[in-house]
Amino acid sequence: MAIAEQDGNASGYAAPETNYINNGYGLKSWLLTKDHKRIAVLYMISISIFFAVGGLFAGLIRLELLTPQGDFSHSDTYNKLFTMHGVVMIFFFLVPSIPATLGNFLVPIMIGAKDLAFPRINLLSWYVYIIGGTLGVIGILAGGVDTGWTFYTPYSSTYSNSNVLIVAFAGFLAGFSSILTGLNFIVTIHTMRAPGMTWFRLPLFIWAHYATSIIMLLGTPVIAITLVLMMLERAFGFGFFDPRLGGDPVLFQHLFWFYSHPAVYIMILPSMGVMSEMIACISRKRVFGYEFVAFSSVAIAILGFLVWGHHMFLSSQSTYAGMVFSVITFLVAVPSAIKTFNWTATMYKGSIVYNTPMYYVMGYLGLFLVGGLTGLFLSNMGLDIHLHDTYFIVAHFHYIMVGGQVMGYLGGMHFWWPKISGKMYPEALGKASAVLVFLGFNLTFFPQFVLGYMGMPRRYHSYPDEFQILNVASTGGASVLALGYLLPGIYLIWSIFKGANAPQNPWGAKGLEWEVADTPPTTFNFESTPVVTEEAYQYGPIEEH
Amino acid sequence: MAEHHNSPTVGTYLAVFSALMVLTALTVWAAFQDLGPYGDLVAMVIACTKATVVIVFFMHVKYSSRLLWLFVGAGFLFMLILFAFTMADYASRGWLGAPSSYYLSIQ
Ligand SMILES: [Cu+2]
Repeated sequence: MAIAEQDGNASGYAAPETNYINNGYGLKSWLLTKDHKRIAVLYMISISIFFAVGGLFAGLIRLELLTPQGDFSHSDTYNKLFTMHGVVMIFFFLVPSIPATLGNFLVPIMIGAKDLAFPRINLLSWYVYIIGGTLGVIGILAGGVDTGWTFYTPYSSTYSNSNVLIVAFAGFLAGFSSILTGLNFIVTIHTMRAPGMTWFRLPLFIWAHYATSIIMLLGTPVIAITLVLMMLERAFGFGFFDPRLGGDPVLFQHLFWFYSHPAVYIMILPSMGVMSEMIACISRKRVFGYEFVAFSSVAIAILGFLVWGHHMFLSSQSTYAGMVFSVITFLVAVPSAIKTFNWTATMYKGSIVYNTPMYYVMGYLGLFLVGGLTGLFLSNMGLDIHLHDTYFIVAHFHYIMVGGQVMGYLGGMHFWWPKISGKMYPEALGKASAVLVFLGFNLTFFPQFVLGYMGMPRRYHSYPDEFQILNVASTGGASVLALGYLLPGIYLIWSIFKGANAPQNPWGAKGLEWEVADTPPTTFNFESTPVVTEEAYQYGPIEEH
Repeated sequence: MAEHHNSPTVGTYLAVFSALMVLTALTVWAAFQDLGPYGDLVAMVIACTKATVVIVFFMHVKYSSRLLWLFVGAGFLFMLILFAFTMADYASRGWLGAPSSYYLSIQ
């Protein structure tokens, strides 16, 4: 991308004496920082904690489902467990996961800027997130909430006796944190690109984050308003969703899914950006059809706003509206498929490097493929009548959101870990974790496709005996998956203290963050503003063997 | 990136403020008139006019770059999508002899 001064694996690389990590010590220097890289680290720590909390709830759900009888938890407790698993994982882990951590860290560096456009707003977004998270935890400790993460009316607004108000407000605040992040990214990408960094020289990671930011900015206010309407009805009896007061409960579903379907793309697009970067690097090739991959991100962001009714085929939504939503949903498969095909085409005749990021890329491609294709089953109105609210749908969205996003999050975390921490992680353990996650994930969620097809509904704590074998497999897989997630947590922290120092560009990757910025970067990223003279991913010619 | 071609003057602000006040009074007056089914429409038109005035002058959109216009426009476009698709559902519920229209007819 820019003129490479250092050779890829140059040994004897001397890390800069002061970098963003040792530039200032003490809690205050972190909690009041305006450095996008430190804010990314703050997010990384807090998001990991919420991931662990959400994972704990998932573990308890799987434990209950080990046996057909509802013997481990009371049905009320079970309702709270799956609700809090969903709320924590979606609002406090998946939505901010990649944008707030890797995005925060890399967006300014990749475009050759010193920081984001609004560093104080960036810090504010973390505080808003933390206040929301704290309220969520208070709501959980005070007895939890049992509406499902979807907060459907009239149950949430009228009947539930759990802490709906405080947890919904926590989700409202988390939304504002993501609006602030999206706003910051859009302004930064528009106004702070280094000289020579034209739109079509941007790394695809940036395109993906730009598309994500559009959704955050246009969609999140709607969920915020929707939650407020629901809270007003619950607290003060305003009539928005209660038919006795002139409202309509299905209106809540419209408003809720107007955000929450595009939110799926908030969760998956950043991961696609991570994949584009890693695939180019491990194949030593420019991403095949760069422009198509870039525009497919934008197409996904826009089409994603036109399909929300596919969650409502079995509400009282009209059949005609359902048909329109169904057809547009099929269309979303096109840009997703463009990406998948272009990634595999990138690897074709590439010089593949078999390292940990590559293992995560392969895992991602497999899981996203299954998740995406089963989405086509569900966008079919007729078939959806059979599959709606069964374990089939649970399996489908976990393949997309966990298979897709978490593979990208972990893979990206490994890929850029040397840049973030200045340390190398143990390669063998990295590969082992990718394999464990892939196997554990499939063992957990593939049986759920079968269970759902056989008719097992979601959100019940007991089930008929014939479903037990598959549920035992799923719970067993969840333990393997937990191990796969725990492992990187351990060795990445270990590497901070005991790992070997990372060279500036351990993968010989292209991009300003690898070629120009130090490892770890200095506080203002670059000594002087870099000038970009070539397109992204200009890897040299591949040697014939 | 010339953000401020010409900033609004105090006079502009006062004019906008009085316009908002007049429109508020109009809303109150209209609320007491029997306009039949058009009552909601009139109230909505006045409210939208007020919102537009606030966005264009008080929020400085008039004095901002074309790029900002694009983003403000995008916000409205997507709001329109939200309304149009939702209303399309409500409008077309009775088109098919499906159970939903049956329940509507016995109400
Ligand atoms: Cu959806």
